[in-house]
Amino acid sequence: MNITVHIPTPLRRFTDGGNQVQCSAANMAELLQQLEQKFPLIGAHLKDQSGKLRPFVNFYVNDEDIRFLGGNQYEFKDGDDVLIVPSIAGGR
Amino acid sequence: MGVRYTLKCRECGKDWGNIPLSYCQECLAPLGVDYDLPAIREAVTRDDIAQRAANLWRYAELLPLPEDFRSELAVGGTPLVKADRFGKKLGLRHLFVKNDAVCFPTLSFKDRVVAVALAQARAFGFEVVSCSSTGNLANSVAAQAACGGFQACIFIPADLEAAKVINTQVYGAQLVRISGNYDQVNRLCSQIADRFKWGFVNINLRPYYAEGSKTVGYEIAEQLGWELPDNVVVPMAGGSLITKIAKAFGELIELGFVKPRAVRFFGAQATGCSPISHAVKNGLDELTPQKPVTIARSLAIGNPADGRYAIKMIRDSGGWAEDCSDAEIVEAMKLLAETEGVFTETAGGVTAGVTRKLVEQGRIGRDETTVVCITGNGLKTTDALVGQYELEEPIAPRLAAFEDFQAKRLGGIAVGA
Repeated sequence: MNITVHIPTPLRRFTDGGNQVQCSAANMAELLQQLEQKFPLIGAHLKDQSGKLRPFVNFYVNDEDIRFLGGNQYEFKDGDDVLIVPSIAGGR
Repeated sequence: MGVRYTLKCRECGKDWGNIPLSYCQECLAPLGVDYDLPAIREAVTRDDIAQRAANLWRYAELLPLPEDFRSELAVGGTPLVKADRFGKKLGLRHLFVKNDAVCFPTLSFKDRVVAVALAQARAFGFEVVSCSSTGNLANSVAAQAACGGFQACIFIPADLEAAKVINTQVYGAQLVRISGNYDQVNRLCSQIADRFKWGFVNINLRPYYAEGSKTVGYEIAEQLGWELPDNVVVPMAGGSLITKIAKAFGELIELGFVKPRAVRFFGAQATGCSPISHAVKNGLDELTPQKPVTIARSLAIGNPADGRYAIKMIRDSGGWAEDCSDAEIVEAMKLLAETEGVFTETAGGVTAGVTRKLVEQGRIGRDETTVVCITGNGLKTTDALVGQYELEEPIAPRLAAFEDFQAKRLGGIAVGA
């Protein structure tokens, strides 16, 4: 399972400046685990002290909010493009 | 003397100073503006404010404005209408309508937030300002960019109301239509803001922008004679406005400008896009995003940025959230126009329709002071009323033709003395 994860600017200081990372995760739990293995410092920013994904971090798969795809139950497919968006902003 | 505000993370509290940034670089949560209220208390009094022009700049000390900032643009200062006829229909004795349908310059409350955001855009040196928008924000950014000498690039869902599209283009803004809903436009803009050095009013300038909403709250309190109401009914899209009105009331209490009062906040959404009201009604702390399907396109945000804060604030205030159908929205638009002469857009139909429901549910009492926040103008969403009214055949310009018409059609209207 090869997926591409796009890293937003504030997290690139933990990925040696890399703006995308290849992963082989099957689901969200594995993805977070793999990101943390590759970049040990990123975990504390994506997850809170209890290890839960922070509520303001959004994940999109092929431009769709992962929560519309089943969230943690979603199984990544080969070639999926995963986007991390910190704290979605906006307002009409 | 420096400015009396700073950006702080709303979750971890880290201080980020004053920079164009919407979220904490440590915990990725949104930033808010934190004020030195004791210093502000020393700097301004109610009497000082009363001497100033009737627009939002009269509250300058309570807004995150650059040092020595001055503006002649008379934004805000909209009427608080004592709505006795509308109140009678609903069964309320002290009902008020805060009428931002007539806000200057583009007829929606978004003029307030844009005014504050562009003050900071200039201070930060941005030449291009931008936003993702469901229309009202687009209109306001385009207009205020034009008179402020900025270039504007504006992103909207492709299916917006025609009036909101024209009302953006006329000011010379570059319009980018996206095949997708607002949440998709917004997500794309987060990506663009990450790459382009533009002043996105509702992304990297968002903490400052959102503070402009507080002026609705200051005006309500001042127009009630420096008193807080019992209830406020507010439309919710991203969920920011309702939390900022609460913040405004809290500041006025802390400054000693008003007597403390527990105001109950009621949030209004369209049933076809109701992630916040769904969470409140079902006792949930987290919201589930939705795919919006509603005529209230200015409220069609399925993944509201301030949803979590709105849910908590509404609950803590003892208020509630409700939603109403497209048919109820249109009916309420007509009712508000027929009773108060206030022609609001679909979002105002949502707020008026939900107010009616809340009264029927017994959540808002007959003798309480209630303020309904109308945030946009009906001229921008006339398509929602297509088919609502019959257009009579024209008659000849002759008295006899009118007498004939009157006998047939206007039977109910008296000829008079």
